[in-house]
Amino acid sequence: MYRNLTIRQKQIVWAWAFLAIPVLFYTIIRFYPTGNAVLISFQNWNLLGDRTWAGMENYQKLWNDPVFWKVFKNTFVYLLLGTPISLVLSFVIAYHLDKLRFMHGFLRMLYFLPFMTSAVAMAWVWRWFYQDVPIGLFNNILAGFGIPQVAFLQSTTNALPAVLAPAVWAGLGFQVIIFMAGLRAIPTSYYEAAKIDGVGWFTVLTQITIPLLRPTIVFIVVFSSIGFLRIFDHVFNMTTNNPGGPLNATKPLVLMIYDTAFNGFDMGYAAAQTVVLFTILLIVSLIQLRLLRST
Amino acid sequence: MSDIAPSADTLLMAKPAPRSRNMGQILRWLILFIGGIAMIMPIAYMISTSLKWPHEVYNVNLIPEEPTIENYTYVLEDGRFYWWFVNSIIIATITTICNLLFDSLVGYTLCKFRFPGRTIVFIAILSTLMIPTEMLVIPWYLMSQAFGWLDTYWGIMFPGLMTAFGTFLMKQFFESVPDDFIEAARIDGLNELQIWWTVAMPLVKPALAALAIFVFLGNWTAFLWPLIVTNSVDMYTIPVGLSGFGDEADVAWELIMTGAAISTIPTLIVFLIFQRFIIRGVVMAGLKG
Repeated sequence: MYRNLTIRQKQIVWAWAFLAIPVLFYTIIRFYPTGNAVLISFQNWNLLGDRTWAGMENYQKLWNDPVFWKVFKNTFVYLLLGTPISLVLSFVIAYHLDKLRFMHGFLRMLYFLPFMTSAVAMAWVWRWFYQDVPIGLFNNILAGFGIPQVAFLQSTTNALPAVLAPAVWAGLGFQVIIFMAGLRAIPTSYYEAAKIDGVGWFTVLTQITIPLLRPTIVFIVVFSSIGFLRIFDHVFNMTTNNPGGPLNATKPLVLMIYDTAFNGFDMGYAAAQTVVLFTILLIVSLIQLRLLRST
Repeated sequence: MSDIAPSADTLLMAKPAPRSRNMGQILRWLILFIGGIAMIMPIAYMISTSLKWPHEVYNVNLIPEEPTIENYTYVLEDGRFYWWFVNSIIIATITTICNLLFDSLVGYTLCKFRFPGRTIVFIAILSTLMIPTEMLVIPWYLMSQAFGWLDTYWGIMFPGLMTAFGTFLMKQFFESVPDDFIEAARIDGLNELQIWWTVAMPLVKPALAALAIFVFLGNWTAFLWPLIVTNSVDMYTIPVGLSGFGDEADVAWELIMTGAAISTIPTLIVFLIFQRFIIRGVVMAGLKG
Protein backbone atom coordinates (compact mmCIF):
# COMPACT_ATOMS: atom_id res chain seq x y z
CA MET A 1 0.00 0.00 0.00
CA TYR A 2 2.84 2.38 0.91
CA ARG A 3 4.31 1.91 -2.58
CA ASN A 4 1.19 3.29 -4.24
CA LEU A 5 1.38 6.63 -2.41
CA THR A 6 2.66 9.75 -4.14
CA ILE A 7 5.92 11.31 -2.92
CA ARG A 8 3.97 13.98 -1.08
CA GLN A 9 1.76 11.42 0.66
CA LYS A 10 4.81 9.40 1.66
CA GLN A 11 6.29 12.53 3.22
CA ILE A 12 3.16 13.04 5.29
CA VAL A 13 3.28 9.44 6.51
CA TRP A 14 6.96 9.78 7.51
CA ALA A 15 6.43 13.14 9.18
CA TRP A 16 3.65 11.80 11.40
CA ALA A 17 5.57 8.62 12.11
CA PHE A 18 8.47 10.76 13.38
CA LEU A 19 6.16 12.98 15.39
CA ALA A 20 3.95 10.28 16.93
CA ILE A 21 5.92 9.69 20.15
CA PRO A 22 6.85 13.36 20.69
CA VAL A 23 3.26 14.55 20.15
CA LEU A 24 2.12 11.95 22.68
CA PHE A 25 4.85 13.10 25.08
CA TYR A 26 3.97 16.79 24.85
CA THR A 27 0.29 16.01 25.27
CA ILE A 28 0.68 13.78 28.32
CA ILE A 29 3.67 15.39 30.04
CA ARG A 30 3.10 19.08 29.21
CA PHE A 31 -0.44 19.95 28.11
CA TYR A 32 -2.48 17.56 30.22
CA PRO A 33 -0.62 18.56 33.45
CA THR A 34 -1.09 22.24 32.63
CA GLY A 35 -4.83 21.78 32.36
CA ASN A 36 -4.78 19.54 35.40
CA ALA A 37 -2.99 22.20 37.48
CA VAL A 38 -5.64 24.76 36.56
CA LEU A 39 -8.39 22.26 37.39
CA ILE A 40 -6.88 21.33 40.77
CA SER A 41 -6.65 25.03 41.63
CA PHE A 42 -10.45 25.07 41.75
CA GLN A 43 -10.63 22.03 44.03
CA ASN A 44 -9.96 21.13 47.64
CA TRP A 45 -7.70 18.16 48.01
CA ASN A 46 -5.22 17.00 50.64
CA LEU A 47 -4.07 13.88 48.70
CA LEU A 48 -5.80 11.45 51.09
CA GLY A 49 -9.42 12.56 51.14
CA ASP A 50 -11.83 13.25 48.30
CA ARG A 51 -11.39 15.91 45.72
CA THR A 52 -14.17 18.40 46.21
CA TRP A 53 -15.14 21.35 44.11
CA ALA A 54 -14.01 24.60 45.70
CA GLY A 55 -14.82 27.20 43.10
CA MET A 56 -12.79 30.35 43.68
CA GLU A 57 -12.09 29.44 47.32
CA ASN A 58 -8.36 28.85 46.84
CA TYR A 59 -7.91 32.15 45.06
CA GLN A 60 -9.88 33.99 47.71
CA LYS A 61 -7.77 32.36 50.40
CA LEU A 62 -4.65 33.48 48.52
CA TRP A 63 -5.96 37.05 48.27
CA ASN A 64 -6.55 37.14 52.03
CA ASP A 65 -3.32 35.39 53.01
CA PRO A 66 -0.77 37.87 54.43
CA VAL A 67 2.02 35.33 53.82
CA PHE A 68 1.15 35.28 50.12
CA TRP A 69 1.47 39.06 49.85
CA LYS A 70 4.80 38.94 51.67
CA VAL A 71 5.95 36.22 49.27
CA PHE A 72 4.59 38.13 46.28
CA LYS A 73 6.59 41.18 47.33
CA ASN A 74 9.75 39.10 47.90
CA THR A 75 9.44 37.55 44.45
CA PHE A 76 9.33 40.98 42.84
CA VAL A 77 12.17 42.26 45.02
CA TYR A 78 14.29 39.36 43.67
CA LEU A 79 13.28 40.40 40.16
CA LEU A 80 13.69 44.16 40.59
CA LEU A 81 17.07 43.87 42.32
CA GLY A 82 18.46 40.89 40.45
CA THR A 83 17.68 41.79 36.84
CA PRO A 84 19.06 45.36 36.72
CA ILE A 85 22.12 44.52 38.83
CA SER A 86 23.09 41.55 36.70
CA LEU A 87 22.29 43.42 33.47
CA VAL A 88 24.51 46.40 34.35
CA LEU A 89 27.33 44.27 35.79
CA SER A 90 27.42 41.91 32.84
CA PHE A 91 27.28 44.76 30.32
CA VAL A 92 30.12 46.66 32.00
CA ILE A 93 32.26 43.51 32.17
CA ALA A 94 31.51 42.53 28.56
CA TYR A 95 32.05 46.09 27.27
CA HIS A 96 35.52 46.30 28.78
CA LEU A 97 36.50 42.70 28.18
CA ASP A 98 35.63 43.24 24.52
CA LYS A 99 38.33 45.91 24.29
CA LEU A 100 41.09 43.69 25.66
CA ARG A 101 43.30 41.25 23.84
CA PHE A 102 45.89 40.24 26.40
CA MET A 103 44.76 36.95 28.02
CA HIS A 104 41.27 37.59 26.68
CA GLY A 105 40.25 33.91 26.76
CA PHE A 106 41.58 33.44 30.29
CA LEU A 107 39.65 36.42 31.68
CA ARG A 108 36.51 35.27 29.89
CA MET A 109 36.93 31.84 31.47
CA LEU A 110 37.18 33.34 34.98
CA TYR A 111 33.86 35.15 34.52
CA PHE A 112 32.13 32.18 32.94
CA LEU A 113 33.24 29.48 35.40
CA PRO A 114 30.51 30.10 38.04
CA PHE A 115 27.86 29.35 35.39
CA MET A 116 29.10 25.74 35.32
CA THR A 117 28.49 25.19 39.05
CA SER A 118 25.42 23.69 40.66
CA ALA A 119 23.13 26.10 42.50
CA VAL A 120 22.75 23.75 45.46
CA ALA A 121 26.51 23.32 45.97
CA MET A 122 27.16 27.03 45.69
CA ALA A 123 24.27 27.94 47.97
CA TRP A 124 26.01 25.91 50.68
CA VAL A 125 29.36 27.57 49.98
CA TRP A 126 27.81 31.04 50.26
CA ARG A 127 25.88 30.00 53.31
CA TRP A 128 29.17 29.12 54.94
CA PHE A 129 30.62 32.52 53.90
CA TYR A 130 27.71 34.25 55.64
CA GLN A 131 28.07 32.53 59.05
CA ASP A 132 29.05 34.42 62.21
CA VAL A 133 32.58 34.63 63.58
CA PRO A 134 34.49 32.33 63.92
CA ILE A 135 32.91 30.25 61.15
CA GLY A 136 31.94 32.46 58.23
CA LEU A 137 34.53 33.80 55.82
CA PHE A 138 32.97 37.26 55.33
CA ASN A 139 32.66 37.97 59.03
CA ASN A 140 36.16 36.61 59.66
CA ILE A 141 37.53 39.02 57.08
CA LEU A 142 35.53 41.89 58.56
CA ALA A 143 36.79 40.97 62.03
CA GLY A 144 40.33 41.02 60.65
CA PHE A 145 39.82 44.68 59.80
CA GLY A 146 38.19 45.32 63.16
CA ILE A 147 34.78 45.93 61.60
CA PRO A 148 31.79 44.74 63.67
CA GLN A 149 30.21 41.61 62.26
CA VAL A 150 27.18 41.64 60.02
CA ALA A 151 24.19 39.34 60.47
CA PHE A 152 23.56 38.15 56.93
CA LEU A 153 21.10 35.28 56.88
CA GLN A 154 19.61 35.90 60.32
CA SER A 155 18.56 39.46 59.60
CA THR A 156 15.18 40.14 58.03
CA THR A 157 16.62 43.01 56.00
CA ASN A 158 19.94 41.49 54.91
CA ALA A 159 18.81 37.94 54.24
CA LEU A 160 17.13 38.54 50.88
CA PRO A 161 20.07 40.36 49.25
CA ALA A 162 22.39 37.75 50.79
CA VAL A 163 20.43 34.96 49.11
CA LEU A 164 20.21 36.90 45.85
CA ALA A 165 23.98 37.49 45.61
CA PRO A 166 24.97 33.92 44.66
CA ALA A 167 22.11 33.78 42.13
CA VAL A 168 23.39 36.94 40.42
CA TRP A 169 26.97 35.68 40.68
CA ALA A 170 26.16 32.33 39.04
CA GLY A 171 24.27 33.83 36.11
CA LEU A 172 26.72 36.63 35.33
CA GLY A 173 29.08 34.63 33.13
CA PHE A 174 26.32 33.54 30.77
CA GLN A 175 25.16 37.12 30.30
CA VAL A 176 28.72 38.36 29.75
CA ILE A 177 29.21 35.82 26.94
CA ILE A 178 25.91 36.76 25.29
CA PHE A 179 26.74 40.47 25.56
CA MET A 180 30.19 39.95 24.06
CA ALA A 181 28.68 38.09 21.11
CA GLY A 182 26.17 40.94 20.70
CA LEU A 183 28.98 43.52 20.78
CA ARG A 184 30.92 41.60 18.11
CA ALA A 185 27.85 41.47 15.91
CA ILE A 186 27.79 45.28 15.57
CA PRO A 187 29.42 46.10 12.22
CA THR A 188 32.75 47.87 12.71
CA SER A 189 31.84 50.37 9.98
CA TYR A 190 29.65 52.22 12.48
CA TYR A 191 32.59 52.69 14.80
CA GLU A 192 34.88 53.72 11.98
CA ALA A 193 32.39 56.34 10.83
CA ALA A 194 32.12 57.64 14.39
CA LYS A 195 35.90 57.80 14.64
CA ILE A 196 36.17 59.82 11.44
CA ASP A 197 33.55 62.23 12.78
CA GLY A 198 35.54 62.50 16.00
CA VAL A 199 32.68 61.39 18.25
CA GLY A 200 33.52 60.79 21.94
CA TRP A 201 33.36 57.33 23.50
CA PHE A 202 30.30 58.15 25.58
CA THR A 203 28.30 59.26 22.56
CA VAL A 204 29.42 56.13 20.70
CA LEU A 205 28.25 54.03 23.64
CA THR A 206 24.82 55.65 23.96
CA GLN A 207 24.14 56.38 20.28
CA ILE A 208 25.61 53.32 18.57
CA THR A 209 26.46 50.46 20.92
CA ILE A 210 23.41 50.38 23.20
CA PRO A 211 20.76 50.96 20.47
CA LEU A 212 22.29 48.26 18.29
CA LEU A 213 22.46 45.89 21.26
CA ARG A 214 18.71 46.10 21.79
CA PRO A 215 17.97 42.49 20.69
CA THR A 216 20.67 41.20 23.04
CA ILE A 217 19.37 43.34 25.90
CA VAL A 218 15.81 42.11 25.32
CA PHE A 219 16.99 38.50 25.38
CA ILE A 220 19.03 38.94 28.58
CA VAL A 221 16.34 40.92 30.42
CA VAL A 222 13.59 38.41 29.63
CA PHE A 223 15.82 35.40 30.33
CA SER A 224 17.12 36.68 33.67
CA SER A 225 13.72 38.00 34.81
CA ILE A 226 12.19 34.57 34.35
CA GLY A 227 15.10 33.13 36.31
CA PHE A 228 14.72 35.52 39.26
CA LEU A 229 10.92 35.11 39.39
CA ARG A 230 11.47 31.34 39.69
CA ILE A 231 14.27 31.49 42.27
CA PHE A 232 14.15 28.46 44.57
CA ASP A 233 17.36 26.39 44.85
CA HIS A 234 19.40 29.14 46.50
CA VAL A 235 16.69 30.16 48.97
CA PHE A 236 15.80 26.60 49.95
CA ASN A 237 19.40 25.58 50.58
CA MET A 238 20.53 28.72 52.37
CA THR A 239 17.59 28.60 54.78
CA THR A 240 16.97 24.86 55.26
CA ASN A 241 16.71 25.31 59.04
CA ASN A 242 13.75 27.64 58.47
CA PRO A 243 12.83 27.59 54.77
CA GLY A 244 12.18 31.09 53.46
CA GLY A 245 13.06 32.60 56.82
CA PRO A 246 13.73 34.52 58.91
CA LEU A 247 10.02 35.42 59.24
CA ASN A 248 9.42 34.68 55.52
CA ALA A 249 11.86 37.46 54.67
CA THR A 250 13.43 35.45 51.84
CA LYS A 251 10.51 33.27 50.79
CA PRO A 252 9.78 33.39 47.05
CA LEU A 253 6.63 32.11 45.38
CA VAL A 254 8.14 28.79 44.26
CA LEU A 255 9.16 27.96 47.83
CA MET A 256 5.64 28.75 49.04
CA ILE A 257 4.27 26.42 46.34
CA TYR A 258 6.66 23.66 47.42
CA ASP A 259 5.74 24.13 51.08
CA THR A 260 2.00 24.19 50.51
CA ALA A 261 2.04 21.16 48.21
CA PHE A 262 4.64 18.86 49.73
CA ASN A 263 4.68 19.79 53.41
CA GLY A 264 1.08 20.93 53.84
CA PHE A 265 -0.39 18.62 51.15
CA ASP A 266 -2.92 21.30 50.32
CA MET A 267 -2.84 20.53 46.60
CA GLY A 268 -5.66 22.83 45.55
CA TYR A 269 -4.16 25.82 47.31
CA ALA A 270 -0.69 25.07 45.91
CA ALA A 271 -2.10 24.68 42.39
CA ALA A 272 -3.75 28.09 42.68
CA GLN A 273 -0.33 29.51 43.56
CA THR A 274 1.22 27.90 40.49
CA VAL A 275 -1.48 29.46 38.30
CA VAL A 276 -0.56 32.85 39.80
CA LEU A 277 3.13 32.19 39.09
CA PHE A 278 2.30 31.28 35.50
CA THR A 279 0.28 34.47 35.09
CA ILE A 280 3.07 36.61 36.55
CA LEU A 281 5.67 35.06 34.24
CA LEU A 282 3.43 35.56 31.24
CA ILE A 283 2.62 39.20 32.04
CA VAL A 284 6.20 40.15 32.90
CA SER A 285 7.58 38.56 29.71
CA LEU A 286 4.93 40.20 27.53
CA ILE A 287 5.44 43.65 29.08
CA GLN A 288 9.20 43.41 28.64
CA LEU A 289 8.95 42.27 25.04
CA ARG A 290 6.54 45.15 24.33
CA LEU A 291 8.61 47.81 26.07
CA LEU A 292 11.94 46.72 24.69
CA ARG A 293 10.90 45.80 21.16
CA SER A 294 9.01 48.98 20.38
CA THR A 295 10.59 52.45 19.96
CA MET B 1 18.30 38.00 16.42
CA SER B 2 19.31 35.64 13.68
CA ASP B 3 18.82 38.27 10.98
CA ILE B 4 22.37 39.42 11.64
CA ALA B 5 23.41 35.76 11.52
CA PRO B 6 27.14 35.93 12.19
CA SER B 7 28.53 32.53 13.06
CA ALA B 8 29.40 31.88 16.66
CA ASP B 9 33.06 31.43 15.75
CA THR B 10 33.62 34.85 14.25
CA LEU B 11 31.93 36.38 17.26
CA LEU B 12 34.40 34.77 19.62
CA MET B 13 37.60 35.71 17.86
CA ALA B 14 39.53 38.45 19.61
CA LYS B 15 39.43 41.80 17.88
CA PRO B 16 42.47 43.08 15.97
CA ALA B 17 45.14 44.30 18.35
CA PRO B 18 44.53 47.85 19.52
CA ARG B 19 47.48 50.03 18.56
CA SER B 20 47.77 51.80 21.89
CA ARG B 21 49.08 50.06 24.96
CA ASN B 22 48.44 53.03 27.17
CA MET B 23 47.79 53.26 30.89
CA GLY B 24 44.05 53.07 30.34
CA GLN B 25 44.34 49.63 28.75
CA ILE B 26 46.58 48.37 31.56
CA LEU B 27 44.21 49.69 34.21
CA ARG B 28 41.25 48.12 32.41
CA TRP B 29 43.06 44.79 32.30
CA LEU B 30 44.00 44.95 35.98
CA ILE B 31 40.46 45.74 37.14
CA LEU B 32 38.96 42.98 35.01
CA PHE B 33 41.63 40.56 36.25
CA ILE B 34 40.88 41.36 39.91
CA GLY B 35 37.15 41.06 39.19
CA GLY B 36 37.70 37.70 37.51
CA ILE B 37 39.71 36.39 40.45
CA ALA B 38 36.91 37.55 42.78
CA MET B 39 34.41 35.66 40.61
CA ILE B 40 36.15 32.33 41.16
CA MET B 41 36.80 32.88 44.89
CA PRO B 42 33.72 30.93 46.04
CA ILE B 43 34.84 27.96 43.93
CA ALA B 44 38.43 28.33 45.14
CA TYR B 45 37.37 28.47 48.81
CA MET B 46 35.10 25.47 48.37
CA ILE B 47 37.96 23.37 47.00
CA SER B 48 40.52 24.72 49.46
CA THR B 49 38.27 24.04 52.47
CA SER B 50 37.58 20.51 51.27
CA LEU B 51 41.35 19.93 51.51
CA LYS B 52 41.75 21.35 55.03
CA TRP B 53 41.94 19.64 58.42
CA PRO B 54 39.13 20.60 60.82
CA HIS B 55 41.36 22.85 62.95
CA GLU B 56 42.23 24.99 59.95
CA VAL B 57 38.78 25.37 58.41
CA TYR B 58 37.92 28.74 59.93
CA ASN B 59 41.24 30.24 58.92
CA VAL B 60 40.77 32.65 55.99
CA ASN B 61 43.93 31.42 54.23
CA LEU B 62 43.14 30.14 50.78
CA ILE B 63 46.05 27.69 50.60
CA PRO B 64 45.73 24.89 53.19
CA GLU B 65 48.78 24.59 55.45
CA GLU B 66 48.80 20.79 55.32
CA PRO B 67 46.50 19.68 52.49
CA THR B 68 44.65 16.43 53.15
CA ILE B 69 42.26 14.23 51.21
CA GLU B 70 40.88 12.93 54.51
CA ASN B 71 37.54 14.70 53.94
CA TYR B 72 37.10 13.01 50.57
CA THR B 73 37.89 9.56 51.97
CA TYR B 74 35.46 10.16 54.80
CA VAL B 75 32.64 11.36 52.57
CA LEU B 76 33.13 8.63 49.98
CA GLU B 77 33.49 5.84 52.57
CA ASP B 78 30.17 6.94 53.97
CA GLY B 79 28.82 5.52 50.69
CA ARG B 80 25.87 7.82 50.12
CA PHE B 81 27.72 10.32 47.93
CA TYR B 82 28.94 7.46 45.82
CA TRP B 83 25.34 6.42 45.05
CA TRP B 84 24.10 9.95 44.53
CA PHE B 85 26.93 10.49 42.07
CA VAL B 86 26.07 7.30 40.18
CA ASN B 87 22.36 8.22 40.14
CA SER B 88 23.11 11.66 38.77
CA ILE B 89 25.40 10.29 36.07
CA ILE B 90 22.82 7.72 34.94
CA ILE B 91 19.93 10.19 34.91
CA ALA B 92 21.81 13.00 33.19
CA THR B 93 23.25 10.64 30.56
CA ILE B 94 19.98 8.95 29.62
CA THR B 95 18.10 12.25 29.53
CA THR B 96 20.79 13.79 27.34
CA ILE B 97 20.68 10.92 24.84
CA CYS B 98 16.87 11.09 24.70
CA ASN B 99 16.93 14.83 24.10
CA LEU B 100 19.53 14.52 21.36
CA LEU B 101 17.44 11.92 19.53
CA PHE B 102 13.95 13.29 19.95
CA ASP B 103 14.62 17.03 19.84
CA SER B 104 16.63 16.66 16.66
CA LEU B 105 14.10 14.30 15.06
CA VAL B 106 11.23 16.67 15.79
CA GLY B 107 13.28 19.72 14.80
CA TYR B 108 14.27 18.01 11.56
CA THR B 109 10.69 16.98 10.75
CA LEU B 110 9.33 20.46 11.41
CA CYS B 111 12.09 22.00 9.34
CA LYS B 112 12.28 19.72 6.30
CA PHE B 113 8.83 18.17 5.84
CA ARG B 114 5.69 19.81 4.48
CA PHE B 115 2.59 18.16 5.92
CA PRO B 116 -0.82 19.13 7.24
CA GLY B 117 -0.60 20.08 10.91
CA ARG B 118 3.03 21.24 10.73
CA THR B 119 2.40 24.79 11.93
CA ILE B 120 0.09 23.74 14.73
CA VAL B 121 2.56 21.14 16.05
CA PHE B 122 5.35 23.71 15.94
CA ILE B 123 3.33 26.36 17.75
CA ALA B 124 2.08 23.83 20.30
CA ILE B 125 5.62 22.70 21.15
CA LEU B 126 6.92 26.26 21.24
CA SER B 127 4.09 27.34 23.54
CA THR B 128 5.26 24.86 26.20
CA LEU B 129 8.25 27.17 26.73
CA MET B 130 5.85 29.51 28.50
CA ILE B 131 4.71 26.87 31.00
CA PRO B 132 6.93 26.95 34.10
CA THR B 133 8.08 23.61 35.50
CA GLU B 134 6.76 24.71 38.89
CA MET B 135 3.22 24.62 37.52
CA LEU B 136 3.66 21.04 36.36
CA VAL B 137 5.28 19.47 39.42
CA ILE B 138 1.99 18.90 41.25
CA PRO B 139 0.30 17.05 38.34
CA TRP B 140 3.56 15.17 37.66
CA TYR B 141 3.66 14.10 41.30
CA LEU B 142 0.06 12.87 41.17
CA MET B 143 0.82 11.06 37.91
CA SER B 144 3.91 9.43 39.41
CA GLN B 145 1.94 8.40 42.47
CA ALA B 146 -0.81 6.84 40.37
CA PHE B 147 1.60 4.87 38.17
CA GLY B 148 4.13 3.95 40.86
CA TRP B 149 6.89 6.12 39.43
CA LEU B 150 7.76 7.78 42.74
CA ASP B 151 11.31 7.08 43.87
CA THR B 152 12.44 5.55 40.54
CA TYR B 153 14.88 6.66 37.85
CA TRP B 154 12.03 6.87 35.38
CA GLY B 155 10.14 9.12 37.77
CA ILE B 156 13.08 11.51 38.01
CA MET B 157 13.73 11.48 34.27
CA PHE B 158 10.37 11.44 32.49
CA PRO B 159 9.55 15.17 32.58
CA GLY B 160 12.80 16.10 30.84
CA LEU B 161 13.07 13.52 28.06
CA MET B 162 12.21 16.12 25.40
CA THR B 163 12.42 19.88 25.59
CA ALA B 164 10.87 22.62 23.47
CA PHE B 165 14.11 24.59 23.76
CA GLY B 166 16.11 21.74 22.23
CA THR B 167 13.55 21.18 19.50
CA PHE B 168 13.57 24.84 18.55
CA LEU B 169 17.38 24.99 18.63
CA MET B 170 17.71 21.95 16.38
CA LYS B 171 15.04 23.21 13.97
CA GLN B 172 17.02 26.43 13.55
CA PHE B 173 20.17 24.49 12.78
CA PHE B 174 18.56 22.11 10.30
CA GLU B 175 17.68 25.21 8.25
CA SER B 176 21.36 25.32 7.31
CA VAL B 177 21.25 21.79 5.82
CA PRO B 178 20.66 22.24 2.04
CA ASP B 179 17.50 20.61 0.70
CA ASP B 180 19.56 19.40 -2.28
CA PHE B 181 21.49 17.03 -0.01
CA ILE B 182 18.25 15.49 1.22
CA GLU B 183 16.83 15.30 -2.31
CA ALA B 184 20.00 13.60 -3.57
CA ALA B 185 19.81 11.04 -0.78
CA ARG B 186 16.20 10.32 -1.69
CA ILE B 187 17.19 9.67 -5.28
CA ASP B 188 19.91 7.33 -3.99
CA GLY B 189 17.11 5.31 -2.41
CA LEU B 190 17.64 6.08 1.28
CA ASN B 191 14.49 6.15 3.36
CA GLU B 192 13.61 9.20 5.44
CA LEU B 193 14.95 7.72 8.69
CA GLN B 194 18.28 6.96 7.03
CA ILE B 195 18.44 10.45 5.52
CA TRP B 196 17.90 12.06 8.93
CA TRP B 197 20.49 9.86 10.63
CA THR B 198 23.23 9.60 7.99
CA VAL B 199 22.86 12.85 6.00
CA ALA B 200 21.32 15.54 8.20
CA MET B 201 22.60 14.63 11.69
CA PRO B 202 26.34 14.71 10.87
CA LEU B 203 25.89 18.22 9.47
CA VAL B 204 24.57 19.64 12.75
CA LYS B 205 27.13 18.05 15.09
CA PRO B 206 28.12 21.39 16.71
CA ALA B 207 24.49 22.08 17.57
CA LEU B 208 24.07 18.57 18.97
CA ALA B 209 27.14 19.08 21.13
CA ALA B 210 25.79 22.38 22.43
CA LEU B 211 22.44 20.80 23.22
CA ALA B 212 24.13 17.86 24.95
CA ILE B 213 26.06 20.20 27.23
CA PHE B 214 22.97 22.20 28.16
CA VAL B 215 20.81 19.17 28.85
CA PHE B 216 23.50 17.37 30.83
CA LEU B 217 24.34 20.40 32.96
CA GLY B 218 20.64 21.11 33.50
CA ASN B 219 19.95 17.60 34.72
CA TRP B 220 23.15 17.36 36.76
CA THR B 221 22.14 20.44 38.74
CA ALA B 222 18.33 19.92 38.71
CA PHE B 223 16.91 20.22 42.20
CA LEU B 224 13.17 20.89 42.59
CA TRP B 225 11.70 17.89 40.77
CA PRO B 226 14.23 15.29 42.04
CA LEU B 227 13.61 16.65 45.55
CA ILE B 228 9.88 16.06 45.16
CA VAL B 229 9.93 12.69 43.42
CA THR B 230 12.57 10.88 45.49
CA ASN B 231 11.92 9.56 48.99
CA SER B 232 14.66 7.09 49.80
CA VAL B 233 18.24 8.19 50.36
CA ASP B 234 19.47 5.66 47.77
CA MET B 235 17.51 7.35 44.98
CA TYR B 236 18.69 10.91 45.63
CA THR B 237 20.61 12.77 42.98
CA ILE B 238 23.71 14.73 44.00
CA PRO B 239 21.96 18.09 44.60
CA VAL B 240 19.16 16.50 46.64
CA GLY B 241 21.64 14.41 48.60
CA LEU B 242 23.93 17.36 49.26
CA SER B 243 21.00 19.46 50.44
CA GLY B 244 19.98 16.82 52.98
CA PHE B 245 23.57 16.13 53.98
CA GLY B 246 24.24 19.80 54.70
CA ASP B 247 21.11 19.98 56.79
CA GLU B 248 22.10 17.14 59.13
CA ALA B 249 22.56 18.36 62.66
CA ASP B 250 26.28 18.02 63.30
CA VAL B 251 27.88 17.97 59.88
CA ALA B 252 31.13 19.90 59.77
CA TRP B 253 31.53 22.65 57.16
CA GLU B 254 34.61 21.04 55.63
CA LEU B 255 32.54 17.94 54.87
CA ILE B 256 29.76 20.02 53.29
CA MET B 257 32.39 21.77 51.19
CA THR B 258 33.75 18.37 50.17
CA GLY B 259 30.28 17.28 49.07
CA ALA B 260 29.80 20.53 47.19
CA ALA B 261 33.18 20.04 45.52
CA ILE B 262 32.28 16.48 44.50
CA SER B 263 29.16 17.81 42.79
CA THR B 264 30.94 20.71 41.10
CA ILE B 265 34.35 19.41 40.08
CA PRO B 266 33.08 17.09 37.27
CA THR B 267 31.35 19.94 35.44
CA LEU B 268 34.36 22.20 35.97
CA ILE B 269 36.68 19.57 34.49
CA VAL B 270 34.37 19.11 31.50
CA PHE B 271 34.33 22.88 31.06
CA LEU B 272 38.11 23.25 31.23
CA ILE B 273 38.56 20.51 28.61
CA PHE B 274 35.89 21.71 26.18
CA GLN B 275 36.06 25.40 27.04
CA ARG B 276 36.02 26.94 23.57
CA PHE B 277 33.40 24.49 22.50
CA ILE B 278 31.07 25.21 25.42
CA ILE B 279 31.32 28.97 25.13
CA ARG B 280 30.59 28.64 21.41
CA GLY B 281 27.56 26.51 22.31
CA VAL B 282 26.27 29.17 24.71
CA VAL B 283 26.60 31.81 22.00
CA MET B 284 24.89 29.60 19.41
CA ALA B 285 22.01 28.82 21.74
CA GLY B 286 21.72 32.45 22.78
CA LEU B 287 21.65 33.73 19.22
CA LYS B 288 19.43 31.07 17.71
CA GLY B 289 17.26 30.33 20.71
